[in-house]
Amino acid sequence: MIEIIDLTKKYGKFTALDSLNLTIEKGTVFGFVGQNGAGKSTTFSILATLLSPTSGTAYINGHNISKEPKTVRSQIGYMPDFFGVYDQLKAVEYLDFYGASYGISQSERSKLIPQLLELVNLTQKQDSYVDVLSRGMKQRLCLARSLIHDPEVLILDEPASGLDPRARVEMREILKELKNMGKTILISSHILPELAEMCDSIGIIDQGRLVAEGSVNEIQQRLRGEKLIIAKLYRELDRAVNFFEDQPLVSQLAKRDDGESLQFMFKGSVEEQVQMLKNALLHDIPIVSFSEIETNLEDVFMEITKGVELS
Amino acid sequence: MRNLLLNPVLNKEFKLRFRSFKGFLGLAFYLLALSILIIGFIYLDTRNSPMGLFRPDQSRSMFMMLSFIQMGLILFITPGLTAGVISGEREKQTLNILLTTNQSSTSIILGKLISSVSFLLLMIVASMPIYSIVFLFGGISPGQVVTILGYYIFTIFAFGSIGIFFSTLIRRTIIAMISTYGVTLFLTAGTAFLYAISMSVNQMGMATNNPVPYFFAMLNPMMNLLGFLEPDAFRELSSQSGVGIDFPLWAAYLISYTIIFLVMLMISIRKLRPNMKVRSKE
Repeated sequence: MIEIIDLTKKYGKFTALDSLNLTIEKGTVFGFVGQNGAGKSTTFSILATLLSPTSGTAYINGHNISKEPKTVRSQIGYMPDFFGVYDQLKAVEYLDFYGASYGISQSERSKLIPQLLELVNLTQKQDSYVDVLSRGMKQRLCLARSLIHDPEVLILDEPASGLDPRARVEMREILKELKNMGKTILISSHILPELAEMCDSIGIIDQGRLVAEGSVNEIQQRLRGEKLIIAKLYRELDRAVNFFEDQPLVSQLAKRDDGESLQFMFKGSVEEQVQMLKNALLHDIPIVSFSEIETNLEDVFMEITKGVELS
Repeated sequence: MRNLLLNPVLNKEFKLRFRSFKGFLGLAFYLLALSILIIGFIYLDTRNSPMGLFRPDQSRSMFMMLSFIQMGLILFITPGLTAGVISGEREKQTLNILLTTNQSSTSIILGKLISSVSFLLLMIVASMPIYSIVFLFGGISPGQVVTILGYYIFTIFAFGSIGIFFSTLIRRTIIAMISTYGVTLFLTAGTAFLYAISMSVNQMGMATNNPVPYFFAMLNPMMNLLGFLEPDAFRELSSQSGVGIDFPLWAAYLISYTIIFLVMLMISIRKLRPNMKVRSKE
């Protein structure tokens, strides 16, 4: 189980991660979606005890990352988005080195390594030097490495990035197998449909803030029941923000990057939508346009990640 | 000690370092060069000698020459071997994965230090039989050879720790390398230059019982080597110059570099992984 509480990371004035709160139950696969630079890798680095948070904390299986980093390290298998390999090491030796680094005995390692290589379909490549393996093979080998100490929690940062379609399918199959083994998996991608297929829940992160979270079904239902609305305003953006914030059917209100429009999710009937627009005009909110966006899963991600959530 | 022998980083580095044939070829060339130097020295000396003899005092001179060459080699190579070990892993993007394993920071740093200087140690140890040629002609005792070997090993680890320190603190290898060479240059040429200046101040009678030259000499590995090889000459020079400290220079060297070694390693160990404790500023 992973519990993240008010996790914040700042670099000077730049906030990479802003009060992230998240709970991932044991045995679930949680997909973390966001654009490049949204804060996914920062979150993963903090959870992997590679980066200290500015404030807030997180627990891995009840162990605090700040107070018990050593215990946390033994409970997680971490795969970074970019990683290198040692030249002149064979695939077997690569896994053997990391097995030894986790304190696994030689006899156990010699039993474990063939099983792991089989899991990631690299048995044939066991005596190949790691630096000559293809990118997909290196990714799979790195996944095998992250499993060598049988961790309960896997933190996988964009494991399928840069892979060709076949390698992506292979990676997805391996992850399904790991899910069946009862691992808690936190996985990131900037491609939402890719994660939707294999995740129980997903969270969408943008500019360091979690802007949407829930099970894949919940989010899909929400999409069907909710509309993404964009309101363009003529000045007085803040007054409009205050107005829409008070509307009970409005959620995920955000200012858009253009600085003159707002976006929000509206959960209500057409009549209620008309009534809200009437009320806005009665309150002298200078609305230039008020439009509903047709959405699919990818569109929602694109639209949500354009703005910064205010509520 | 058992933990050190079972150190996975050390084992892996040994495997990588000694796997390639190039390393052994380099070692063979080094030993060949050293042999040619010795044979050349003996040849020239016997040729220029009226009796065609190689006397014990000449054997001693040859030993001193070899010792200084080896020390120069150590001071030149050690920064290059150590200043990239951590920053290099960072640049190759292998450090993050290593840091998420159960290996302690101490184990990683010690494994890296020992493995990075292991080839140099091998070179030094492998050259010992060639060194032993001096025993054929006298002038040097086996004890002196062993002392010099110990002194080399100590110096390698002391200067290696400086390389590890910069490699851990500085993200880029090239900067870490420049910083390590800079410090090494100061501790060798810099301290010798400052020693010469402060000695001349003493000899001009501008200061009496001024211990400053002693402190510079204490930090200089070449001067300490000279102190080992010619203790009487060095002692006389110090007494004439009004340094006013009778504590053995080699002991001061051992103490000061042990402190440097420990401090460098402790900082490296502490800084290898981030301090996960939240520093509340708000």
